Amino acid sequence: MENIRNFCIIAHIDHGKSTLADRLLEYTGTLSEREMQDQVLDNMDLEREKGITIKAHAIQMNYRRDDQTYILNLIDTPGHVDFSYEVSRAIAACEGALLIVDASQGIEAQTISNLYLALEHDLEIIPVMNKIDLPHANPDAVADQIVDLIGCKREDIIAASAKEAIGIREILDAVVDRIPPPKGDPNAPLQAMIFDSVYNSFRGVEVYFRVFNGTIRARDVVQFVATRRVYDADEIGILKLQQQPVNEISAGNVGYLISGIKVASEVKVGDTITHVDRPGEPIKGFENVKPMVFAGIYPVDTSEFEELRASMEKLQLNDASLVWEPETSAALGFGFRCGFLGMLHMEIIQERLEREFGMTVITTVPSVQFRAVMTDGSVRLINAPSEMPDPTRVDHIEEPFILAQIITKSEYIGPIMGLCMDKRGILKNQHYLTTDRVELSFEMPLSEVVFDFFDKLKTISRGYASLDYHLIGFRESDMVKLDVMLNGDRVDALSAIVHRSKAYDWGRKLCEKLKDLIPRQMFEIAIQAAIGQKVIARETVKALRKNVLAKCYGGDISRKRKLLEKQKKGKKRMRQVGNVEIPQEAFMAVLKID
Amino acid sequence: MAGIYVHIPFCRKACHYCDFHFSTSRDRQREMINAICRELVLQQDYLAQEPVHTLYFGGGTPSLLTADELHILLDTIRANYALQADAEITLEANPDDLSENTLSVLRQAGVNRLSIGVQSFSDAILESLNRNHDARQAVDAVRRSRAAGFTNVSIDLMYAIPDLSMALWEETITTAIALGPDHISAYTLTIEPRTYFGHLASKGTLIETDEETAAAQMERLADLLAAAGFEQYEVSNFAKPGFESRHNRAYWEHQHYLGVGPGAHSYNGVTRQWNISNNPLYIKAIRKGRVPFESETLQRADHINEYLLTSLRTSRGCDLERLRLDYAFDLRADRMTYLENLRNLGLATLHESTLQLTRKGRLLADKIAADLFVSPTEG
Repeated sequence: MENIRNFCIIAHIDHGKSTLADRLLEYTGTLSEREMQDQVLDNMDLEREKGITIKAHAIQMNYRRDDQTYILNLIDTPGHVDFSYEVSRAIAACEGALLIVDASQGIEAQTISNLYLALEHDLEIIPVMNKIDLPHANPDAVADQIVDLIGCKREDIIAASAKEAIGIREILDAVVDRIPPPKGDPNAPLQAMIFDSVYNSFRGVEVYFRVFNGTIRARDVVQFVATRRVYDADEIGILKLQQQPVNEISAGNVGYLISGIKVASEVKVGDTITHVDRPGEPIKGFENVKPMVFAGIYPVDTSEFEELRASMEKLQLNDASLVWEPETSAALGFGFRCGFLGMLHMEIIQERLEREFGMTVITTVPSVQFRAVMTDGSVRLINAPSEMPDPTRVDHIEEPFILAQIITKSEYIGPIMGLCMDKRGILKNQHYLTTDRVELSFEMPLSEVVFDFFDKLKTISRGYASLDYHLIGFRESDMVKLDVMLNGDRVDALSAIVHRSKAYDWGRKLCEKLKDLIPRQMFEIAIQAAIGQKVIARETVKALRKNVLAKCYGGDISRKRKLLEKQKKGKKRMRQVGNVEIPQEAFMAVLKID
Repeated sequence: MAGIYVHIPFCRKACHYCDFHFSTSRDRQREMINAICRELVLQQDYLAQEPVHTLYFGGGTPSLLTADELHILLDTIRANYALQADAEITLEANPDDLSENTLSVLRQAGVNRLSIGVQSFSDAILESLNRNHDARQAVDAVRRSRAAGFTNVSIDLMYAIPDLSMALWEETITTAIALGPDHISAYTLTIEPRTYFGHLASKGTLIETDEETAAAQMERLADLLAAAGFEQYEVSNFAKPGFESRHNRAYWEHQHYLGVGPGAHSYNGVTRQWNISNNPLYIKAIRKGRVPFESETLQRADHINEYLLTSLRTSRGCDLERLRLDYAFDLRADRMTYLENLRNLGLATLHESTLQLTRKGRLLADKIAADLFVSPTEG
């Protein structure tokens, strides 16, 4: 145990985490250059494209120094706020962390929040300033930020360039020398924490764990405490580049477990693995991950509902955080109400449905979970506008609030403040990290952040703003259900729950947008936005007046037929509500409202 | 019962809107007429000796034919097809070609219906369209035709043209009515891609008339012509009683027709075919004894859709019983809600088994036809 070091890497996107990980693997001979596919740790296509690590993985390296061999377990962490709980569990599995900061960019919000998480867990922090080879690197100012942030000495900061392989040995030495070895009793009752899992379609779910106390052996009968399920440990092993089965893994070490688990949701990150016949205490900090954003997913072609169900079931096999239940919409037919960890997670699910399963889907207005406190004191959870109870029986509505931390250059403070105020944010703190970098803290409703907040933030700061947030609880808010009616028929899939102060603006913009998207039809279409019975905005799509070609003689007939048939095919993707045909994009229009 | 269409692919000059097949180089006109005659012989079995009730010379500009050329064509047709004694023989003519002499040649040859390309009675509009005649010539042509003894005269008009105000359009219509034609075809200007107007439109210097203006001009036309005793028997065609174009009517009722000349289309109930739209290549192929055409065989859905498309444009309307008996398509049962909707919107009426579009509905004929179309997989 003395020679084991468990650590993770805390870094902002693009600050060089993956490249650095590659270098560590290379230097320790865990993989040769030939074996190395760039950035080994990110191995999902989507991750690569979006430039983020979605799912955490782990890898074990052997580092020889003097006459000692050290076992270094690197536990990878996801880099997006949607997955912050998973990050917290990865951190809890470590004794130390490499804090990677880009020498040209400085510290970003995501880095800070993960750093705080690491400090909470008493991790030893090794600051690394990466990309020092870049011509526009600003090592002095960035070093000041780091010293300021973690209170280390300047000389503790390792200057590195993962790309040029500078500072790699210094980093490995610091891991060995500064990070404490794990503590724990290999003979105590088994306590192993699950920090990640990966779905393998041949072998079932692979569970990644860190043993805190006790020893797990192959063929042990184990229990997952939170789910109370019992399994045979068919295979346990350590995580080299390939999995390496072993007979036992003891306190302090990291490994994987395969026990024929078919469904990802049986494996909960943060859960404790223990022995059935000599159970240990559950490890603190377990939480059931809760979805933050809800939206309906419907097949574009209504006949593909069963196919969509099968696809969702398969997705759920390897994405335990995706939850869904069947839902019916008058406008869209049969579909599913889904819960996501955040907007990125929602996008990923949508893309995976399209790429891996060839489904074309409509996603409805995303919504957060509201709470309706009823006049009789009971509380109802509202995951969809259709679940909004009759207002006369509601005492008040509560909505989730977050604390948002934004780090930016001082020149963008003005526009960012404007944006956050517009999103009903309340400024709580303003803190200068350096003379031109500032950290702003806002309390904001989550519902205002789920739409386009992040994109807008990036636009107004020209990319020089980073955002992190966490939930701080529910607060009473004057929320109303805004309906859209087409020729008097309510279109359930276009309803949204919005703050009363924004309802008029929202309704007007939505009506305008729909007016552009809904093609003219044989009759006039009234587009109305209403709160209850009260119409607050209206637009009209004028009736089609003339749609007939001038000539139709011998030579025109078949050409014209083909032309009309082609136009008709293009219309197949329309949905009919009452008499009105609505194009797919209309259901997403809400997302594009300014 | 069948028709023959003869395409004369020459013009004096190119109108800015026209995308029909023609050439302004007339060196090989005689060669072309010989080739068309040869095609008429090659195709003599196409109509299976059905009686030919209508013959139509279209173009291009058939009024460019010499007396000699016209006679050769007619002789060839009479020798190879069952052209009926009372057949309707139409010839499209440009006003500037209709001299007294030409008119008498046409009469003698047996042409009994003239379709005169008037387009407008405004010199400014005629010039903007690059027509080869002025307003005076247009009026004179119609009067001379009457004087020459033509008892079935049609004129073409065009509207929804940039710069054509409602007032000017009304003036055009009243001038037309005063001239006393038996038939009027009136077309909205359609901007086609491979025309001068198409070129201007793609550059943004020509703006297509908006839908509302076009619709209003169409309605005004229908009103004024109705008051003058014309029936709108098809979207773009108006006739005094008994003067409907029998030839065009046959297209809409899916009767058989043979089209000869480059770019001409034919239909025999099973296939549609169309000749190559290239004068030299056409002549070359015909000389080798081969008609250069492409063809397609119509499937059930194609038949149904073409019938819907054409019949809904006409005042006779769509015979649902015919669809049911000929193609086992029960429109009434399969599209009930939609038909109901059309009626409620005042766009169509349904009497017994005839679906007819109202005047308002006829403005949307293409959209309605397309909505009713069947897909190839539909039962």
